[in-house]
Amino acid sequence: MNVLFDHFSAFRDGFIGTLEITVISTVIACVLGIVIAGFRVSPVPPLRFFGTAWVTILRNTPLTLLFLVATFVVPEIFFPGMSPFLLASLALGFYTSSFICEAIRSGIGTVPVGQAEAARSLGLSFSQTLRMVVLPQATRTVIAPLSSIIIALTKNSAIAGAFSVTELFGWQKAMSDLGYGIVPIFIWVAIGYLIITFAISGIFRLVESRMEVAR
Amino acid sequence: MSASVLYDSPGPKAVVRNRIFSVLGSAAILALIVVAVVRLSSKGDLDGGMWDIFNYSGIRTNIADAVVATLKAFALGAAGSLILGVVLVVGRLSDHRPVRWLATAFIELFRSLPLLITIYAIWVGFLTDYSMWALALGLAVYNGCVQAEVLRAGINSVPKGQREAAYALGMRKSQVVATVLMPQAVRAMLPTIISQLVVTLKDTSLGYIILYPELLATARLIASNTPVNGQYPYVSTIVVIGAIYLAMCLLLSALATWIEKRGRRTKTGISVGPAAVPPEVQGASDAVGGSPAGV
Repeated sequence: MNVLFDHFSAFRDGFIGTLEITVISTVIACVLGIVIAGFRVSPVPPLRFFGTAWVTILRNTPLTLLFLVATFVVPEIFFPGMSPFLLASLALGFYTSSFICEAIRSGIGTVPVGQAEAARSLGLSFSQTLRMVVLPQATRTVIAPLSSIIIALTKNSAIAGAFSVTELFGWQKAMSDLGYGIVPIFIWVAIGYLIITFAISGIFRLVESRMEVAR
Repeated sequence: MSASVLYDSPGPKAVVRNRIFSVLGSAAILALIVVAVVRLSSKGDLDGGMWDIFNYSGIRTNIADAVVATLKAFALGAAGSLILGVVLVVGRLSDHRPVRWLATAFIELFRSLPLLITIYAIWVGFLTDYSMWALALGLAVYNGCVQAEVLRAGINSVPKGQREAAYALGMRKSQVVATVLMPQAVRAMLPTIISQLVVTLKDTSLGYIILYPELLATARLIASNTPVNGQYPYVSTIVVIGAIYLAMCLLLSALATWIEKRGRRTKTGISVGPAAVPPEVQGASDAVGGSPAGV
């Protein structure tokens, strides 16, 4: 109990840090994931190849290695002196984008071809077909995997703590360095993460029930 | 691309447009790569000396040891996770309420916590001097919970009649689970189980944070201990180690894809292939054509 009340402000900062990095890397991952999914389903071979390579490489590399890349390689290519928070969000966002891309691609894949053919024969343009026929159906299939991907992202954000970003794992480490018992620390950190992951799955359940239709 | 949902088969205009996009896309991708390479080489990260370090036998032995250490932790963690997965799913489907609750609570708790938190807690709290066991135990606990859920989905996918028939034959519950439900669940879920093993393999890299000398920790050590011309060879080390990880994970994924293909071929136990092709030939072509997952 003591460990929380003695260091509550640090815990609060860690909790907010975890939230922040989750939100920012979710945004990065969603934007990149949608773009790469667009590449992967496009009729342009080089873009398809690029998308495939992106997904294969990022999905089969440990996230910890990507954090090393973000810490030591990215500042060499872009601007030196980027903040660890930004670099960590990039690593996390890039890693997760490959999973989001695959979820979206399989979501698009579940829409029957006949739907698009019917839309085209009605004279709908490409963007109309996408907006009014394909995406509404694909979105519903994508929501469930998306929720588990974002929960996984939340959990993966713990690794950022080992790369000097203020978040909950960093708090756990600092507290155990101060000599507090690991079990109470673990319980508080666990509660912190459970709040976030339950909130995410709750939000997604709400969205899912709103979008539910009889098929 | 004729069977695509989004795009119709291209007509003459679309073919031209696709060609233009191809050229533009390739140019953009190439430009990105060129910018990266130029920036890196202008900082001296791609000098010959940076790559020469991998010719030293000491560094090669280090990397080989690290691969062995990684595989050791992976083997322990994978075996532990599979055993724990079976135990947990049996607990979760138990007829006794306390057992069911306990298993469910265990699965829900450790599945929704970051693996790193669990590993770190085990390491600091219980196994400070045995980082390999701490890593393996953490991997086993987390992935065991995931495997339990995978197996549960597999068991739920077994048709109800199978269970009823087994009970009607007079089997006990343990017999029904062990000889009827579990084999079918494992078979249905084998690709997913192996994909989770790929995750387990990737997660061994968390050992780096609890000072276990696995591949990533060794990479960092090599990079920070062998300066070339006053510069640390992070880029070259990361490329080499990344390639090793990629190769290991792709091999496992290829195994999953191959098994999935085999499973799809004989899901009902009846050959569903074209009648003209004898089963041996089909098997051989599958063995050759196993492509990695995600491609």
